[in-house]
Amino acid sequence: MATFNLKVNGIKKTVDVDNDTPLLWVLRDELNLVGTKYGCGIAQCGACTVHVDGVAVRSCSIPASSLSDTEITTIEGLSKNKLHPVQEAWKELDVPQCGYCQAGQIMTATSFLKQNPNPNNEAIRNAMHGNICRCASYNRIEKAVALAAKKMS
Amino acid sequence: MKNKDNIRFSRRNFIKTSALASGGLLIGFNFLTACKESAQPPVDISKLNFNDFNAFIKIADNGYVTIFSPNPEIGQGVKTSMPMIIAEELDVPWEHVSVQQGVLDTENYQRQVAGGSQSIRFGWDALRQTGATAKQMLVNAAAAKWGVDTTSCTASNGVIKNNSGETLGYGDVVNEAALMEVPENVTLKSPKDYKIIGKDAINVDMDAIITGKPLFGLDYTAEGMKYVSVARPPAFGQKINSYDATEAKTVKGVNDVIQFGDKIAVLASSTWAAMKGKKALKIDWANDGDLESSSDHNNELNKILDSNKLDVRREDGNVEKAFAEADKIIERTYESPFLPHNCMEPMNFYANVTDSKVHLVGPIQTPAGTARRIANLIDRNEEDIHLEMTRMGGGFGRRLYGDFALEAAEISNITKRPVKVIFSREDDMAAGIYRPAIKYRIKASIKDGEITGYHLKEAAINSNMYGLIPNFFPAGAIANYKVETGNYQSNITTGAWRAPYTNFLAFAEQSFFDQLAEELKMDPIQLRLDLLSNVEDGKDPSIEYSAKRMTDTIKLVADKSHWGKNNNDTYQGFAAYYSHNTHVAEVVDISIKNGIPMVEKVTVAVDCGIVVNPTGAKNQIEGGVIDGIGHAMYGDFSFENGKPQDVNFNTYRLIKMKETPIVETYFVENELSPTGLGEPGLPPAGGALANAIKAATGQVLTKQPFIKELNKRKTDLSV
Repeated sequence: MATFNLKVNGIKKTVDVDNDTPLLWVLRDELNLVGTKYGCGIAQCGACTVHVDGVAVRSCSIPASSLSDTEITTIEGLSKNKLHPVQEAWKELDVPQCGYCQAGQIMTATSFLKQNPNPNNEAIRNAMHGNICRCASYNRIEKAVALAAKKMS
Repeated sequence: MKNKDNIRFSRRNFIKTSALASGGLLIGFNFLTACKESAQPPVDISKLNFNDFNAFIKIADNGYVTIFSPNPEIGQGVKTSMPMIIAEELDVPWEHVSVQQGVLDTENYQRQVAGGSQSIRFGWDALRQTGATAKQMLVNAAAAKWGVDTTSCTASNGVIKNNSGETLGYGDVVNEAALMEVPENVTLKSPKDYKIIGKDAINVDMDAIITGKPLFGLDYTAEGMKYVSVARPPAFGQKINSYDATEAKTVKGVNDVIQFGDKIAVLASSTWAAMKGKKALKIDWANDGDLESSSDHNNELNKILDSNKLDVRREDGNVEKAFAEADKIIERTYESPFLPHNCMEPMNFYANVTDSKVHLVGPIQTPAGTARRIANLIDRNEEDIHLEMTRMGGGFGRRLYGDFALEAAEISNITKRPVKVIFSREDDMAAGIYRPAIKYRIKASIKDGEITGYHLKEAAINSNMYGLIPNFFPAGAIANYKVETGNYQSNITTGAWRAPYTNFLAFAEQSFFDQLAEELKMDPIQLRLDLLSNVEDGKDPSIEYSAKRMTDTIKLVADKSHWGKNNNDTYQGFAAYYSHNTHVAEVVDISIKNGIPMVEKVTVAVDCGIVVNPTGAKNQIEGGVIDGIGHAMYGDFSFENGKPQDVNFNTYRLIKMKETPIVETYFVENELSPTGLGEPGLPPAGGALANAIKAATGQVLTKQPFIKELNKRKTDLSV
């Protein structure tokens, strides 16, 4: 076991886990931030997507011990007190079906829109291609990212 | 509950009411069946139980309505659409309604099963009756208060009015209403007066989903709970010979390692420690039966198709005679692989078995049956079982089977600890209850330009098409018609998978009809319409679909898709299918880019009767269609010596954003009772896609997944 500090959603946390423990399981099992989901464990589905220093990463495949000097943001910390425009767009277009993958989808979308605030449809489809939605709510995800871009412009 | 005077019964006996001690009216009701004579709703809202009623409505003295339902939500939207039906007839503003998930205490559930797209169909009458009954009780109470006749009062948007223009809110009379008789006959609204049904209502769990609140089984935790990873035989047909847990027990966080049956459970203080502990186990697996491969299944299924000893499931006229007299006989064989469900939330369940009770929490489509099986497994009374359902991260049929819940209960029973069994993705894909591999052989006779005979043989692993499927189209449309089935018993576990059997049968038949249209030099849609014109609705009551409704659905999709008027760069394919009481027709538009078919658009027409929640309904169709396209195109799963060849998404391909078509959905407008939508959008998609690929390239696809066939043929599809 090793003790190290993490900054999650602006709050400093001390955790005591093995060095190889992925951030995903630290968030879920140690910090009780269960909005970040487990889907595959090998960075193939995107359900575990969080931001490290504002960039979307797969938390299932990054050891938490490597993130001491970073700012980690999860779905719970995406926006304080009100919905983020991406969440608003998700709500407006009634995107989710089962809802399990949507936190990861939203985290991918918010990071993408920061880098590309005015994307065309092709750019949106490329950016969201790594996040699997087994219910196949893809049409609505695509529209919601476009709507969020409009809301944020 | 003790106060008899506070309880009123309806002779119809599926709605009962009580006056809540804290104020307000509580209505208990059953969707499908009469309540037990002794059943009484409690007067204390914290004492709700779902043994006698399968849902409750509370109307508070501020007029706000809470619906308590334990109906499992797997993403099909019933947690939104079922309350909409109640709110419509009760006539309250939708914003005043909230929905809370209830707890299943024991069995006695009539239809608390999410599966088969049946929730709305079965709930429609009872939900409307309940809403309308509650409204009438409120009106009666207001009339009594005013001293006027009830017929002179009306109610709308939570407000009751009388002839003199006086008004009372529902909340103002709710305590009086709770003491009134349950009216026997209430008037239901005419569909033209609907204010909530037919309008978009967003998912009632929306905010919790998009902000990451704990909703799912995987999110559940309890004091002292251990996370459990289970090692199961890596191949079907294997058992444990011996194992060594020495190293596993040295993994930090691992608390315990136990064997149960042919499985080893690693209990730990975190998911990661449990997974690492499992990897450190040294297990010697021994063969305990046949280690089957997909090539074996292929041979066995072919033998079945070639045999003459199948079970006849429906026979009209004389197909043998039709074939003997035919000008031409067309025959084709279609085949599909096993498929895993791959719910995004892997299987998991919490169990805490103690001397006093058995507490179970998790995502399950069959709570009552699972509770009963657990009681049997660990030798407990069913009354001890307390099962809470969580939201489910997808189901697709997989969560009908409670194997993961039984594992959790057994491990907790042995270790006397609260445990949560968590499948890794690899566990989830390798310990599946798969859509069975299936083959269809279809043979048709043509005589004088007409289809005179149709013979379908099904060969499947473990079990065959259920009940009424042999009565689907083209039963009734072709005079000489025969469906036969046979199966091969395998030790690989199989079960229901979204739109069971029809998910592949529709592809086979709808591709075959395009082949027949080509032989007859007919437009494929016209061929279907001509066949449907042979069917007189109601004449043969065994026929499951409505020829009129299917015809209207097909005409709608032909119109909306601009069938036959597409531009030169796109190619269209058509399919129509009735399943789960809903008629669906689809046109797929594809283009060929770099030799690969790109699915651009799918136009869908649906007759599901009244559309309760259009946004939710479209979401189901969009999902079902893309799911159907995705699995037809990419879904590939096979076994080698009993071992699944893919166990994670690095090699198992699911459809993703860039391969996704735009889905345009249109509903046939009518005032017929609503039917379900979770499944029926899927079956036609694969057939319509195959027909579009044929139109574009001339390639006839008879095997799924299509991408594998196209790659194997190494065909340059550039056109």
